[in-house]
Amino acid sequence: MIKVEQLTKCYGPVKAVDSIDFEVAKGEIVGFLGPNGAGKSTTMKILAGFLPPTSGRAEVAGRDVFSESLRAREHIGYLPENVPLYPDMRVHEYLRYRAALKGVPGRRMNERVGDVLELCGLGDVEKKIIGRLSKGYRQRVGLADAMVHEPDLLILDEPTIGLDPNQIRLVRDLIRNLKRHHTILLSTHILPEVEMLCSRVIIINKGRIEALDSPQNLRARLGVAGQIFLEARVPDAKAAAAEIRRIAGVDSVTARADGAWAIFTIQPAPGADPREALYEHAVAAKWPLRELSRSAVSLEQVFAEVTHAEEN
Amino acid sequence: MRRFLTLLGREVGSAFHQPLAYVVLFFFLLISGFNFHAGVTLLNKSAGSTTMVEAFFNTVYFWFAFVLVFPLITMRVFAEEVKLGTIETLMTAPVRDGQVVFAKYFGALFFYLVLWVPSLLYFFVFQWITAMSAAGAAGSYLGAYSMLVLIGMFYTAIGCLASALTDNQIVAAVIAFAGILALFFLGLLSLFLPGAGPFVRELTYYVSPVQHMMDFSRGIFDTRPVVFYLSSTLLVLFAVFQVFKYRRWKS
Repeated sequence: MIKVEQLTKCYGPVKAVDSIDFEVAKGEIVGFLGPNGAGKSTTMKILAGFLPPTSGRAEVAGRDVFSESLRAREHIGYLPENVPLYPDMRVHEYLRYRAALKGVPGRRMNERVGDVLELCGLGDVEKKIIGRLSKGYRQRVGLADAMVHEPDLLILDEPTIGLDPNQIRLVRDLIRNLKRHHTILLSTHILPEVEMLCSRVIIINKGRIEALDSPQNLRARLGVAGQIFLEARVPDAKAAAAEIRRIAGVDSVTARADGAWAIFTIQPAPGADPREALYEHAVAAKWPLRELSRSAVSLEQVFAEVTHAEEN
Repeated sequence: MRRFLTLLGREVGSAFHQPLAYVVLFFFLLISGFNFHAGVTLLNKSAGSTTMVEAFFNTVYFWFAFVLVFPLITMRVFAEEVKLGTIETLMTAPVRDGQVVFAKYFGALFFYLVLWVPSLLYFFVFQWITAMSAAGAAGSYLGAYSMLVLIGMFYTAIGCLASALTDNQIVAAVIAFAGILALFFLGLLSLFLPGAGPFVRELTYYVSPVQHMMDFSRGIFDTRPVVFYLSSTLLVLFAVFQVFKYRRWKS
């Protein structure tokens, strides 16, 4: 659906995007991740046909976004970063206008506008003037606009920025439901969002792609193992910690007390999972167990790793 | 074509959806009412050859309101879109640059034409009250109003150009006002240079809206101003198109 080859964009002497390559297949949700100023928005603007690339090329649905811009744009629903809207229009007016502009035929107008109003939960504000809407509603109007013409590809630039947690959940659910019919490229710097929504992640920093993989693979590839928590009632926490340290696959242990219980935080050796051995040891030593769990590596760690490696 | 009409509908709508539109309409009506009064007074004093239509379209008040109104109508057309950021949603929809430029231009022109609709009422009232003809002949109306449209087309294009040049509406208004005023006074050059030769007089006549309006509101039809305004409008619109494209692609 998207094909980007050696795409570069310079603003004067500054390289905002530096010869990036990637592809997005039909039906994927791809997360575009990076610190502020990494080049996420610039790349999306180029894909949406708003900015010309300095060099390199990009294709959407087989159409070059620069030389066949009009054709490419027909396939794209784009939600820009700050959700620009006309404050003087009413919600349903705006959506009708946008739908007509994007070539929704008159006979399908009511159906399409009705659909996106319902999908985005805008039914109760459809007659309101956009200038009077809250941020959350404006965001949803922007989303409704992006998908009113049933585009093959949705490009969403930070769709959940500035929303409260409830609204964020609503928008996320909405995006997840869209997965069935659309290919989605979304940018964000909220990492859990990417883990929840995306099948693949592109981490971009200073205009270059630092990593491109599924969230699971990214975690595995970096070899950052999650910590293990063990809670048991032991006679002597220090002695127990020393015993645990001797188990194969354990790198280090710290212990702290919680009443009669001791909580051990265990850092496993890279690639190792000593949970079974831990359980067996606890049984053999007759320690009553309250918890044995392993935290998942968050993408946050991966992200920090990838974007900081460059700086150090 | 459908996309163009959609864009045009939006432009006309947005022209009337702002408070400034009604401020402009109100004061324009006020000044043209005063202008009508002045015209009637003039006719009362000088029992001469002028008609009401001529008197109405050739006063200082008329020209004052006329040159002032274009910057106010056109300053927002491009500048506001850039300021709001909606240029991004607009230009990522499958619309051509030319469609956008023409829709914006004709939207502004439409608003300008609406401003003149009430003026027809004055002539109707004049004829009704005085039982005299407001114009010497139908050609007088036709001439005056077609000149209104022609000069309006040109000056609206200048205003659009100013608005396309900047993101700031006030700056756009100032540029448009300066440009229109410069052209307007160029047409009065022979007044300032009484000793100038025939070349200056000829040139002055060619660009002078005052002169053109004087002739046309008497029902004198001259193709030179028609060609001048139509070609100038096209030229300026072409410049608007180029500026719009340039600013979009260089950002």
